[in-house]
Amino acid sequence: MKINDVILRTVTKAVVFIILTLGVYLFFAGHHAPGGGFIGGLVLASGIVLLYLAYDIETVHRGVPFNFKKVAAVGVLLATGTGIGSIFFDVPFLTQTGKYITLPILGKTSFSTVTLFEAGVALTVVGTVVTIILSISEEEEG
Amino acid sequence: MIDQILMLALALFSLSIAITLYRVIKGPSMPDRAIALDTIGVNLLSAIAIVSIVLKTKAYLEAILILGILAFIGTIAFTKYIERGVVVERKSNH
Repeated sequence: MKINDVILRTVTKAVVFIILTLGVYLFFAGHHAPGGGFIGGLVLASGIVLLYLAYDIETVHRGVPFNFKKVAAVGVLLATGTGIGSIFFDVPFLTQTGKYITLPILGKTSFSTVTLFEAGVALTVVGTVVTIILSISEEEEG
Repeated sequence: MIDQILMLALALFSLSIAITLYRVIKGPSMPDRAIALDTIGVNLLSAIAIVSIVLKTKAYLEAILILGILAFIGTIAFTKYIERGVVVERKSNH
């Protein structure tokens, strides 16, 4: 059965970039404003899910060749890795630190290890959400 | 004056969501329910915008964007399920 879905695919090509940009913005805004790794990861995952809806699994895997279970595993490793790193400095587990550095163009910018932890959370959320949605929406064989 | 207008608009949006909820529950066919859910999303988005005007804050603007994205993706998933019986296809049939 052939269905004409050229409108959905054309809209998706433009909208996916807007959604991914919003996800990255929310991830970096989470330091001082609403947002953060969890929300940013959910928005990134919803952009990838939109790709899966408009196209199919094989086409998306050619463009985004990630195994999302491994993405989730790498995220958990990164998030707990920043926690383990803190115990080498004789402070409690999961202690985070940061400082303000003045950059040439950006001005006073805050750098902290919380960003690495949030990156781990975001990768975990992306991997888990995409894996769940692909698992429950798969058509049965035959 | 503007406060009364905003409160009246909020009440009317709530009424509209309630009426649309009736269509979600009662709706004779599945496409009715899909369109009603999309309408609830749009009305909720407008209500959040008015709440953000009433409270004089910008903190809800991200919530509006995310709600719009999720309503869009949800409607696409519903319509694709109704149309083809499957949400994510394994391989291309073009």
